[in-house]
Amino acid sequence: MNPALTPYVFGPALPEIILAGGVLILVLFGALRGERSTEAVTGGALALLALALVVVLTLPSGRTLALNGSFIVDAFARFMKVLTLIGAAAGIILSGDYFRRERIDRFEFPILVLLSTIGMMMVISSNDLIALYLGLELLSLSSYVIAAFHRDDVRSTEAGLKYFVLGALSSGMLLYGASLIYGFTGTVSFPAIATSLIGPVGIGLTFGLVFVAAGIAFKISAVPFHMWTPDVYEGAPTPVTAFFAAAPKMAAMGMAVRVFMDAFPGILDQWQQIIVFISIASMALGSFAAIGQRNIKRLMAYSSIANVGYALIGLAAGTEEGVRGVAVYMAIYLAMTLGTFACILALRRGDVMFETVEDLSGIARTHPVLAFCFAAMMFSLAGIPPLAGFFAKFYVFAAAIEAGLVTLAVIGVVTSVIGAYYYLRIVKVMYFDEPRGAFDPMPGGVKAVLAAASVVVILFGLVPGPLVSAASAAARSLF
Amino acid sequence: MFGFGILSGLLVLPLVGAAIILCLRGDGEAVRSNVRWVALATTVVTFLLSLVAWGRFDPATPAFQLVESHRWLTDAIRFKLGVDGFSMPFILLTTFLMPFAILASWESIEHRLKEYMVAFLVLETTMIGVFGALDLVLFYLFFEAGLIPMFLIIGIWGGKRRIYASFKFFLYTLLGSVLMLLAIMAMWFTIGTTDIPTLLAEAPRKLGANLQYWLWLAFFASFAVKMPMWPVHTWLPDAHVEAPTAGSVILAAILLKMGGYGFIRVSLPMFPEASAEFAPLVFSLSVVAIVYTSLVALMQEDMKKLIAYSSVAHMGFVTMGIFSMNAQGIQGAMFTMISHGLVSGALFLCVGVIYDRMHTREIAAYGGLVNRMPLYAVAFLIFTMANVGLPGTSAFVGEFLSLLGGFRANPWVAFFATLGVILSAAYALWLYRRVVYGELTKPALQGIRDLTGREIAILAPLVILVIYYGVHPGPILDAFAASTDNLLKGTQAALATVKTAAVSAP
Repeated sequence: MNPALTPYVFGPALPEIILAGGVLILVLFGALRGERSTEAVTGGALALLALALVVVLTLPSGRTLALNGSFIVDAFARFMKVLTLIGAAAGIILSGDYFRRERIDRFEFPILVLLSTIGMMMVISSNDLIALYLGLELLSLSSYVIAAFHRDDVRSTEAGLKYFVLGALSSGMLLYGASLIYGFTGTVSFPAIATSLIGPVGIGLTFGLVFVAAGIAFKISAVPFHMWTPDVYEGAPTPVTAFFAAAPKMAAMGMAVRVFMDAFPGILDQWQQIIVFISIASMALGSFAAIGQRNIKRLMAYSSIANVGYALIGLAAGTEEGVRGVAVYMAIYLAMTLGTFACILALRRGDVMFETVEDLSGIARTHPVLAFCFAAMMFSLAGIPPLAGFFAKFYVFAAAIEAGLVTLAVIGVVTSVIGAYYYLRIVKVMYFDEPRGAFDPMPGGVKAVLAAASVVVILFGLVPGPLVSAASAAARSLF
Repeated sequence: MFGFGILSGLLVLPLVGAAIILCLRGDGEAVRSNVRWVALATTVVTFLLSLVAWGRFDPATPAFQLVESHRWLTDAIRFKLGVDGFSMPFILLTTFLMPFAILASWESIEHRLKEYMVAFLVLETTMIGVFGALDLVLFYLFFEAGLIPMFLIIGIWGGKRRIYASFKFFLYTLLGSVLMLLAIMAMWFTIGTTDIPTLLAEAPRKLGANLQYWLWLAFFASFAVKMPMWPVHTWLPDAHVEAPTAGSVILAAILLKMGGYGFIRVSLPMFPEASAEFAPLVFSLSVVAIVYTSLVALMQEDMKKLIAYSSVAHMGFVTMGIFSMNAQGIQGAMFTMISHGLVSGALFLCVGVIYDRMHTREIAAYGGLVNRMPLYAVAFLIFTMANVGLPGTSAFVGEFLSLLGGFRANPWVAFFATLGVILSAAYALWLYRRVVYGELTKPALQGIRDLTGREIAILAPLVILVIYYGVHPGPILDAFAASTDNLLKGTQAALATVKTAAVSAP
């Protein structure tokens, strides 16, 4: 049956359509009501994200295509979309109080987040190069604006501009790579590319692959295309940084897995070496460069680079277990990064936000619960059991060992020990140093996000079953 | 209850105590007293429960007992607990020593008492977990998780260089154990399970010699650091010196034993060929540890550092005994570990007693304590003698058996190791002479008081046990006799197969 002729032609894309339609209504509403509408638009945006989440969860299982085969919904897409939606919703929740205090609470923010989320979901579900690029541009253009959202702040506008210039460059590279691939295979559809690429490939196609990989590496902020990350993370308003570290990262990682596993499974040996290199370089640079950082947001930027390196280990394995590892890793990383940024957002005294590591001094005594949650996030990011971060690393390293990438796994664990140093340094500052004065009480939204993230990070080890089986189903759908 | 057995109970109990302490609000003296009593009650109840477990344990069989198993990460990686003759004594040692650790911290911890007790109770759970785990991933989980509370204990309540010591402790042991994690994964994929009983039965057959070597080295990296063996022992003196008294007690008495337990549980039975192949390496490192660290101990100015180096030397006897791969060696190693748990714990408690009074660990700051502290002098003397390995104390039994095992494996190893016994007498007795004997000339010591009732209550049971097990070692030896026989039968069978294969090969 031709999918274009069925009445459910948009069925698989229903969550995206709900979001897109809802965004249009919210824009109208905001434009008519003006600045007073911020809270209503924020609430509407959260409701839309929740509705989309419910719809994603109730989509029929199995693999469905739509829009002439350029849009695919399978277990993997559903899994990554759930993560993306959670990340986007958390970003909006975290922003509320902060934006009000900074007096930048405009209704455009939730709308831009929603638009960017639609782009992310498109990317995750793309089944050909054109759909991929369209989704990516929607995601990126909204992100550039959000990065510069604090438009009277020099650092924020600088972050937006940097993100835009470098992002445009990387989109260009991706597009160039895509056109080379189209030129050498004669098709843009992932399954068709996969069937035409069996056996040895020409140099032109390899070039295309490299350019596509470069574009993807930029989006997931992997070395050597990571340069924008620390500046954007530091410059953007903190809730926006939290959003960047959570939602677009999930989508970009989903895109990486989708492109390499769906379009190029036949030439694993060609791209595996690229991914192995990117992975090692990201882990090493992320671990070493973070040691000297004093700004926590910058430190978290390097930490995110390192974490992408670990997640890529799973992709480098190129197996079902590897994809499962990536899925588990990203889900747990989402909880860890949101929890950490919720902690950073709690460091406010009056009108001043504190952002350096030293500002955390002794908060174990002034704010024991916050310090405990923050320490749990740090130990988890360092991969210490029984916290969730250990299991995340466990699955990707296990996949690498099974695929015979022992050297990669050994480098991975060694860099994780180096990385543990700077996570421990934060724990040390919080627990071992003398307190410097209390912070304001946490706003409700931040508290809720931190509580949810902490529960996931601390108790994941007791009930790992549901997430792991969902990730297994997601991985299976790609093979 | 819900399919959870007594071992789960042992894991959960300390956590329940920790939760109760966290719920206590305020910082007044009444709250502090409640915190202490809750912590003590928790550890005592845990000890009593472990005695119940011991009562249900049958030492005559080498099989795993009190087994419970629940679905966890996958069907292959289960939450599986159980004990045999090797692990049961360590669980008892842990639960037995914890009340002493709590009592030793009764007055010496002045700030953040609540967090301190919580950290210790969580640490107890992880230690019991290491010895009770019957799945390698679970074993690793507890093995690593213990780093977090110990890191905090050293870093928050430690001495002047606590931050350096805590980081060194954490990163050193972490680097060692991550390699073990990769080895566990490799075993998972080669054999299809991480279940320890299955691996014990199948690993020697299913792992090729080459793979065994790599896996052995990866596990060795972890256990050798934890043990600690020369030359990766340098974190231990720092950690010991900076840790609070109770932290040192637990570190010396139990955390170090995880390395030895790991060798007996994993390295020897699962990689017998590799163990036989690498035994000379272990022997050399053990002998160097025994002789070199004993010499280093002689020159220490700090009492805790001296005892820390003596621990490294004693662990040398343990590794030598284990890799001699005969009954005497393994039993000696096991016995040395249990005995060293009691003796080194007691020695650190003794240092803690005078540290609480004088706030210095410098040997030179003391002298002539016997004049004002006769009871203390007696207790310290008995533990010093036990540290030397005097017949009549528990340490003698362990060292003698280890040396016997070492002699059967390689007389030269035993010869050099025996030098260590002489050196241990030198440093231990010299320490005792400088601290306890002589004239009491230092003005600061003029008013020092003898043991209080609480301190007598802490040291007396340890004195009794050290002497009791010295003259009557049977109960401990019986606990792991059957398991030792079983272990040796397994390794020898595996080695014999290899030899036959080598002979029959063209």
